[in-house]
Amino acid sequence: MSGNYIPSHYLPVISILAFSVLVGLGALIAGLLVRPRRPYEQKLAPYESGNLPVGEPRYRFSVKFYIVAMLFVVFDVEAVFLYPWAVAYDRLGLFGFVEMMIFIVILLVGYVYAWKKGALTWE
Amino acid sequence: MTLPQIFFAYFAVALTGLSLLVVTRRNPVHGVMWMLILFIHVAGLYLFLNAEFLAAIQIIVYAGAILVLYLFVVMLLNLKKIEKERKFQHIWIVGLLVSVAFLTLLIPLLGKFSVYPPPGEYSVERINSEGQIMTVGRVLYTKFLLPFEIASLILLVSIIGAVVLSKRKLN
Repeated sequence: MSGNYIPSHYLPVISILAFSVLVGLGALIAGLLVRPRRPYEQKLAPYESGNLPVGEPRYRFSVKFYIVAMLFVVFDVEAVFLYPWAVAYDRLGLFGFVEMMIFIVILLVGYVYAWKKGALTWE
Repeated sequence: MTLPQIFFAYFAVALTGLSLLVVTRRNPVHGVMWMLILFIHVAGLYLFLNAEFLAAIQIIVYAGAILVLYLFVVMLLNLKKIEKERKFQHIWIVGLLVSVAFLTLLIPLLGKFSVYPPPGEYSVERINSEGQIMTVGRVLYTKFLLPFEIASLILLVSIIGAVVLSKRKLN
């Protein structure tokens, strides 16, 4: 049966995805067909609240963003592991509780380490 | 072709095309954006393999968290300098050789795969009657207890690694 499986209850999800892609592309294509094209320098300049753009738009971001993103990924994965654990909690009992506590404590070590090193403070 | 085959064909072609787009974009940010669409297509593939929990995780973790990490890493690099330099095109012959070598490694394995394998212990019907996440939870936290705890250590290493790598710049 594995090759013929159709996730039919996901039809609304696929429909709304297809519809939103259609709306987005449709608006772009309709605009492209309808609007007149008379570009000049001021019109093509990037809009910065009425000011003239100053400096390069691309500069190296602070490494602090990287730490925040990395910590987010790690604790996101931890949260993912909590979902099936919470659903199957009744069947797992105390054993499941203890192993999840070990898991959380190991990650807590990393959290405390990052905290003590000042990775969570912004300035 | 049946409906699942049509969907599989779409996902297979889209995944191949999108991965090519990811690696060939000159602007790394555009590459990462194509990767977002790639991740969503992978989730669609999981959905058709009766792995809807995995599909949700694919969206939450890969499209949500890991892609943001990739974006920040791209932004950490000096993009202007990278765009001026040629990519790795001058060693494309090496890439070709490596891909051909991998392909020859894979060809003997092709015969070992079956498109419709007999259902094992966890058939589609059993998983659906028991509940997807329930099945994952019951197996993951009993049979695969050790890999699960090892995963926490790997995550710990990644926290410490990230902090150590960027600590010098923080101070």
